[in-house]
Amino acid sequence: MNTTLLLVQALNGLQFGVLLFLVAAGLTLVFGVMDFINLAHGVQYMVGAYLGAALAAMTGSFWLGLLLALPAALVFGLLLEWLVFRHLYARDHLSQVLATFGVILFLNEGVKAVFGAAPLQMPVPEALSGGVPIMEGLLYPTYRLAILAAGLLSAGLLWFLVERTRAGMLVRAGASNAPMLGALGVDVNRLFMLVFGFGAMLAGFAGVMAAPILSVEPGMGDNLLILAFVVIVIGGIGSVRGAFIAALLVGLVETIGRAMLPDLMRLMLDPSAARQTGAALASMLVYVVMAVILAVRPAGLFPVRR
Amino acid sequence: MRWRNAALPLLIFAALALAPFVGFGQGHSLTLLARAMIFGMAAISLSLLVGGAGLVSLGHAALLGVGAYAVVVLDHARVTEALVVMPVAIGVAALFALLTGAVAIRTSGVHFIMITLAFGQMAFFTASSLAIFGGDDGYTLYGRLELGGSRLLENRLFFHFACLALLAGTWLLVEALLRSRFGRVLRAARENETRARAVGFAPYPFRLAAYVIAGAIAGLAGVMLANSAEFVAPAYLTWQRSGDLLFMVILGGLAGPHGALMGALAFVLIEEWLSHLTEHWRLIFGPLLILCVFFMRDGIAGLLRRG
Amino acid sequence: MAESLLELRSLRKSFGGLAVTRDVSLSLSTGEIHALIGPNGAGKTTLVHQVSGTLRPDSGQVRFEGEDVTRLGLAARARRGLARSFQITCIIPGFSALENVALAVQARAGSSFRFFRPAGREAALNGEAMEALREVGLHGRADLPAGALSHGEKRQLELAIALAMRPRALLLDEPLAGTGPEEAERLIRILSALKPRYGILLIEHDMPAVFALADRISVLAEGRVIASGIPAEIRADAAVRAAYLGEEEG
Repeated sequence: MNTTLLLVQALNGLQFGVLLFLVAAGLTLVFGVMDFINLAHGVQYMVGAYLGAALAAMTGSFWLGLLLALPAALVFGLLLEWLVFRHLYARDHLSQVLATFGVILFLNEGVKAVFGAAPLQMPVPEALSGGVPIMEGLLYPTYRLAILAAGLLSAGLLWFLVERTRAGMLVRAGASNAPMLGALGVDVNRLFMLVFGFGAMLAGFAGVMAAPILSVEPGMGDNLLILAFVVIVIGGIGSVRGAFIAALLVGLVETIGRAMLPDLMRLMLDPSAARQTGAALASMLVYVVMAVILAVRPAGLFPVRR
Repeated sequence: MRWRNAALPLLIFAALALAPFVGFGQGHSLTLLARAMIFGMAAISLSLLVGGAGLVSLGHAALLGVGAYAVVVLDHARVTEALVVMPVAIGVAALFALLTGAVAIRTSGVHFIMITLAFGQMAFFTASSLAIFGGDDGYTLYGRLELGGSRLLENRLFFHFACLALLAGTWLLVEALLRSRFGRVLRAARENETRARAVGFAPYPFRLAAYVIAGAIAGLAGVMLANSAEFVAPAYLTWQRSGDLLFMVILGGLAGPHGALMGALAFVLIEEWLSHLTEHWRLIFGPLLILCVFFMRDGIAGLLRRG
Repeated sequence: MAESLLELRSLRKSFGGLAVTRDVSLSLSTGEIHALIGPNGAGKTTLVHQVSGTLRPDSGQVRFEGEDVTRLGLAARARRGLARSFQITCIIPGFSALENVALAVQARAGSSFRFFRPAGREAALNGEAMEALREVGLHGRADLPAGALSHGEKRQLELAIALAMRPRALLLDEPLAGTGPEEAERLIRILSALKPRYGILLIEHDMPAVFALADRISVLAEGRVIASGIPAEIRADAAVRAAYLGEEEG
């Protein structure tokens, strides 16, 4: 019984991990290549979820919603880049933090104004509803497995793009030594836009995928953003590989901690207090892991810059 | 230029002292002004870090929250004497700053921002987990603190002037710190760390001391915040609140504590004014923040200096 | 033989696979200027970083006044009396010239954990700082923001900062770099006046200045000391001419 529970939680953790990776990948690239702290990356995830939910409701089809939401998220990301972010590349981190914080305030309020404060629902697509037997007497939701598969597929695609294409080579070069790109005659602004749009689309994709299983509501990106930051700091800023491993680690720690700690707490506290305390401690666990890793390896697990 | 740095705050303090007698004496106005002054203290302490030491912290609200939760814990134990609660709260906040700062200040730049954020989140989740103090829902105090056994702080006017005195004291303290030998080393290390090292100053102990002092001040602000609202919730410790504090500092300008003072007052008043205007006031507030970053690089203090 | 003021013993440093400092040994005594010359890329600056404490050597020792200081950082060595100037001017542009120097005085005169008294009004600090400024001829510019000084004046200011630390040894990394002929001449005068009181390790490209100032010269090429001696010997050394002086003239 306990191993089944652990297996389910591990799957949940991995699935949360790949979602986290899709958000963190864009963040770490933008950060690594442009030295730009984008707090607003989390709202791009939220915008993706809203776009997916709204477009799916409009077209009546999850798949059409997903298909339309991706380019929409891309366009939205490019619009933000054009309006706000590109004016911040040359500024210090403090200015970047503040201005992108302003974007968060605006967009969180914006979706509230347009869609209302109540969570939006997005139905699980017909083809992926139901469950898959993964052990005797245990059905695991098909949709969650699909998220895991889609996330791993995207990670593979991203790995291919970054490691095997010319644009990816430039991105990697930029992450380890940004001034060099300009010296090589690369159109840095174009590259920045490319990375930015791509990152926004990945985050939007994560949002759409998460929409049917999480509640789509204002501010849903905020806590995920913080976790994504933890991921890129643990993984080493600018490293996609580091982000992948750290995202799975954080996803597992967070999910399994959340499931196990309340039970552990019950040994010491009464049930309701145990549930609350356990959940909070589980949320803290990730930060403890980060502090420990940074204490041992200040530049993260896979440092890119020398 | 220097007299202006002192003249502006003095003018503001005078205006705040007069406010209750010239039409801002009713409950709502005084609550608002108290809030502005308390955030003024917190923002000034943050400006010591950001403007003085070059440490961009995205976890300052946690220090405020630690002070506020010290009040809660003592209130729960029926300890409500200000002369006990305040030193304890300040001490706890300073200790929290010492422990987290000792780790955070070893890093720099982006990592410092992230690690202060992470510690802030840890404090936030801890507060959420304190089921006996209401968890997520927060905790309502039995009442305001007593001062030497009297219930003076219940008096709105007295509370107003208590906040004003603490605010002025904070301003004086930080102003003096920045001019002292200690502050000179901080400023030198911010502008050119290699130079500071080359004459023999390793910045770490100075930065850590500044972090602890800022934590103590923020803890005191937390005590006043808890007493002003007679209520404390984990929402006080969110990273968004830390972002608000940073905005106050930048809005006012980094040139000195007078900037943070003006920034905090402007922030609270703009927030109040906008929220009367529309329910979705953040739709205006967000872009306002972006525009400030784009066009008001030296903050309000910079505008006044030019004007 | 008594130990010299500053002594480098078999310093080695490499970055990745590239050896930048290969078994360098040098010594410096009080009252002498020991010049370190060599073509670009010879590893001079890397060596200065190891002597001053900015970089730690892979192996070997830095000894100062008979003590091993290899494991101490820049700040700790500065407090012991080993002052350095930088190849690229390193001052605090927002501070006045006087405050730049006063910071250095403050570093050795009492605790800097003093929180309330305005440091700008401490007569003792300002007095000594002014003294150092006068020594380099910059006392007339004391109240100007350091960022507003001319390039040559910034070099003088940096020297004043080093002097205000009351060091026993000075490490000067290309103090004449980027200065005009008049400024250079003034700096050379200042340096020779300072010589009797300090040990000066001088890294410099300006050959006439080096031969005018130095008591001893060591030549660094590809991370190694290829020659060391009094100026006349260096001038006559064939290896040096081939490796370095030849290049300069040819």
